[in-house]
Amino acid sequence: MNVSLNWLSAFLGRDLDADDVSRRLTMLGATVEGVERLNEELGDVIIGFVEQVERHPDADRLSLCQVNDGQQVHEVVCGATNVRAGRKYPYAPAGGVLPGGFKLSARKIRGVVSNGMLCSPRELGLGADHEGIMDLETDAAPGTRLVDALPLKDVRLELDVTANRPDLLAHKGVARELAAVYGGAIRLPAIPGMPGVGPAPRTVKRQGRVEGVEVTIEDVEGCPRYMAAVIRGVTVGPSPDWLQARLRSVGARPINNVVDATNYVLYELNQPMHAFDLANVRGRRIVVRQALPGERIVTLDGEPRDLTPDMTMICDGEGATAIAGVMGGRDSEVTGETADLLLECAYFDPKRIRRTRQALKMSTDASYRFERGIDLEGMSEALRRAVALIRAVAGGTEPEAGIDVFPRPAKPRTVFLRPARVEQLLGVPLSRDAIEGYLVRLGFPVVPKDERLHVQVPGWRPDVTREIDLIEEVARLRGYDTFPVEMRPFRASVVPSDPMEEVKGRVRVLLTGLGLSEARSLSLTAKGGADAFRVLNPLSAEDAYLRRDLLSGLVRSVERNWAVRERDVRLFEIGVTFRATGGPLPEQTLRVAGAVTGGREPAHWSASGKAADYDAWDVKGLLETVAGMAGGEGRLVTVADGWEWRDAADARRGWAGRLQADRPAWAGEVFGFELDFAPAERSDIRFEPLPTTPPVERDVALLLPSGVTAAQVGEVIREAAGALLADLTVFDEYRGKGMSGRSVAWRLVFRAPDRTLKDEEADAALARALAALEEQLGVERRQA
Amino acid sequence: MPDATTPREELDRIAQVVAEVATADATMLAELRTSHLGRKSGKLTQILRSLPGLPADERREVGRRANELKRALEAAIEARERQLAEEHAAPADFDGSMPARLAWQGAIHPVQAVVDEICAIFREIGFSRVTGPEAETEDYNFTKLNMPLDHPAADAHDTFYLGAGTLLRTHTSPVQARIMERHQPPIRIVVPGRAYRRDAFDPSHSPVFEQIEGLAVDEGISFVDFKAAIDFFVKRFFSPDTIVRFRPSFFPFTEPSAEVDVQCRICRGSGCPTCKQSGYLEIMGAGMVHPAVFENCGIDAERYTGYAFGMGPDRITMLRHGIPDIRLLYESDIRFLSQFSAGR
Repeated sequence: MNVSLNWLSAFLGRDLDADDVSRRLTMLGATVEGVERLNEELGDVIIGFVEQVERHPDADRLSLCQVNDGQQVHEVVCGATNVRAGRKYPYAPAGGVLPGGFKLSARKIRGVVSNGMLCSPRELGLGADHEGIMDLETDAAPGTRLVDALPLKDVRLELDVTANRPDLLAHKGVARELAAVYGGAIRLPAIPGMPGVGPAPRTVKRQGRVEGVEVTIEDVEGCPRYMAAVIRGVTVGPSPDWLQARLRSVGARPINNVVDATNYVLYELNQPMHAFDLANVRGRRIVVRQALPGERIVTLDGEPRDLTPDMTMICDGEGATAIAGVMGGRDSEVTGETADLLLECAYFDPKRIRRTRQALKMSTDASYRFERGIDLEGMSEALRRAVALIRAVAGGTEPEAGIDVFPRPAKPRTVFLRPARVEQLLGVPLSRDAIEGYLVRLGFPVVPKDERLHVQVPGWRPDVTREIDLIEEVARLRGYDTFPVEMRPFRASVVPSDPMEEVKGRVRVLLTGLGLSEARSLSLTAKGGADAFRVLNPLSAEDAYLRRDLLSGLVRSVERNWAVRERDVRLFEIGVTFRATGGPLPEQTLRVAGAVTGGREPAHWSASGKAADYDAWDVKGLLETVAGMAGGEGRLVTVADGWEWRDAADARRGWAGRLQADRPAWAGEVFGFELDFAPAERSDIRFEPLPTTPPVERDVALLLPSGVTAAQVGEVIREAAGALLADLTVFDEYRGKGMSGRSVAWRLVFRAPDRTLKDEEADAALARALAALEEQLGVERRQA
Repeated sequence: MPDATTPREELDRIAQVVAEVATADATMLAELRTSHLGRKSGKLTQILRSLPGLPADERREVGRRANELKRALEAAIEARERQLAEEHAAPADFDGSMPARLAWQGAIHPVQAVVDEICAIFREIGFSRVTGPEAETEDYNFTKLNMPLDHPAADAHDTFYLGAGTLLRTHTSPVQARIMERHQPPIRIVVPGRAYRRDAFDPSHSPVFEQIEGLAVDEGISFVDFKAAIDFFVKRFFSPDTIVRFRPSFFPFTEPSAEVDVQCRICRGSGCPTCKQSGYLEIMGAGMVHPAVFENCGIDAERYTGYAFGMGPDRITMLRHGIPDIRLLYESDIRFLSQFSAGR
């Protein structure tokens, strides 16, 4: 929302400092996001009085003007036909600069030196008109700077207005806030040549007449109040300079005097209005009703619109002429030929307007305001001001009072406020008088009846509906910065921290320590599938589904890294995956995944710059380690494509192995793992006494026939060797040519916890193990 | 064993070899180890293996000497190997500036680091850390938070819908409602997590982003406590001299509501491109919990008061590290991520 500092000044009857106003509005909640000083580039343009006009000796279409700048007279060549002696025009002297940086110098035009130029509105950036030079109606003396003579010197403030404050979408509301902090009252700005406002419109129940036009509200829910006035004999044309300047000061484009007048009232009072050409109001009737099923209308922008019965329509005797509160129809628009107007000033239901403009996918200045709620009680003022303003700028005969169709007049709302509650919430003592003072300054009448304040809510504050809303007003006006920053005692939270957050943290430290970097992928993906959950309204096919797994995203990331020629990529991610299970919500699973490719360690000169690439054993290890930390009860199982982590019910909870990727020739293979986080269970580690006796080690190479696994061998050895076997590891594997099966070397560590073990005891245990291996698995000791 | 030599002669020769070890090089040492100590054909191994075939007195003497020599040779070889290794590690022209042997070093994502830091600071003032589901219901995401969908305030929450009344949460605030339904105050929680809005992926928007929500509810919590907690956080997170500004604002779930700004660290408040000339950077939306939210969640709104806040770790991360484009946070470019590893 743009506001003009001049416009606000006119309301407050005092000069305003742009910086101070910005600071105060910001600290009141209407953040000033931009401050633009307008027309500063017109500083070189002054008022020139043309004393004499002659034909240029060598050109029929040019004039030779004697321009008085208050000190001396300059000869200026002018091409405009509307230049007249005895008038004042904007004069840019030689040496001056025009908007856009155009620097003027004295130059010869057809043999005569022109000392500067007389300017058109377009040359000054003050309008589109380039037909003639700008004729000034001003009392200012020649030589006065144009920006000082006309209401051009202004500052535009760009406000960020929150959704709860429709009143701040117009100057009056902003001025009201400023008056609350600066003190003083606000008054509607005087308008040049404006007749006094007419009488208040006549209030009727559901139907009434104005100047022969019958106005009826059928859809009371969609349109609680509808006012109309008729103005006859207007002349549609350009607006006067001051009105155009006002509209430009807030960034609006002047159109014609009638439209400009209604827009002026919009920006001043936040009342959207619509002017109908009375000649096009068929049947001399206005009916506000719900749209009919299948009804269509072509709006002002030329688009045909399909309507539904929950939209409110403005109709004449024959059909719809406007979508209420959103946009007028093409056929009722005011044109250059319009002489008689019907002016609409209505209140439309905010929720209805919101649904309508969402359904039609359009938002207008009017719908924006209606859906936030306009001032139901300020409509009469707005209508009368608009009528007077139109008559001031477009002429027209004095109209009879307008009509105010108001089927269910509402009483002003009262909200109760307990001073003790103010203190409870704001944490500082505030006297009843102080509280009342803040509210009154903001325009809330207060009646002190009992221990509570009975606060009347003005029509422009539809957001205030309960006590807390008034407490915010008190805090706001007192100033958030006036409350102390004081840490007071607090009680401990009864909510325990999520233990999973702790586990996630530990997994992060583990994996970064192992050289993997944490990735964050988008959880939306193009990848569908049987149990993929689809988003109803995706932005594109690229994000139509919720991710089912983390690894696919990591593989895409590895490929993107390859695309920038990074060969060593190690990534992990912790995040939620989704799966459709037929319910209204997807199943959500917290997971961790990792993907590695390239060298297992940084290449070092001591190894001639070579490092081995990651292989499948690395990800088996990652899965095993991470599962140990976050996988809960479970075991690792070898499967065709790698390994799985299976829970107690033998359900797959994780996987590790080789990944498919779009791999350039120079890149290494990609290996990855993914694991469900198991619910974190707190289990304290039990200390085991440190061994006090020496171990006895035995190395043994075993010939494993094809099909026999290390896991089976380990199990048999442990079973047969018994309690003396303290540790068992594989330390080598050998596959020789012509060998059937392979040789796997094991180290067995024996120890008795209470005595020094004898070699013979270890040998006996080893012998038992070897015998069991041969018998159960056909595994023999490899002879040296 | 060669026929021409007796075990005694052989042992004499081996004694000389032991003396030569002190000057042997690595290759010779390996050769000596195999030829004298090897398990199959080492000379000393063979002598020891032949002992049972010798006469008793010779057997005793040869056995003793062979064992002594075996120990001496092993010790000499080991000593020489150590010496050679030391010389290799620290040659006379040792160059300590050659690059070290490093392990890969991964990095915690910078956004996660910020999240963890924020949670840790709030933990100091009693906030526990909890989470909630990302796929939610309209009820928790909007209705219970006093946020009717037919109000313009909902416009900021352009929503991905999953079905009728189900959606991807547009903020982490639904967790507030879930916690309040399960616990009576005192409640002090921070809630990190992902949120979703229907924004195209561009330099300043991501359809998926991180949020942290905070909530404190108890008897006697006021606007003063709210300001103190936020001020505590800001000064810990940024620096003790950071200037904090509380500016009135509007959120349906808090009232009074505030935007919290910190003075721009680049221009110190005078205005620069980073803070868009305002002198301040917005870091969170916050306020006192709206009584309607308490009522919707089964908390006595007359007895209890509280404050809530929400912030975007993505943006805070970008400000902290000078990252110009939010997409960098979600593209997993290893050249980006590795800049944040602990070892750097």
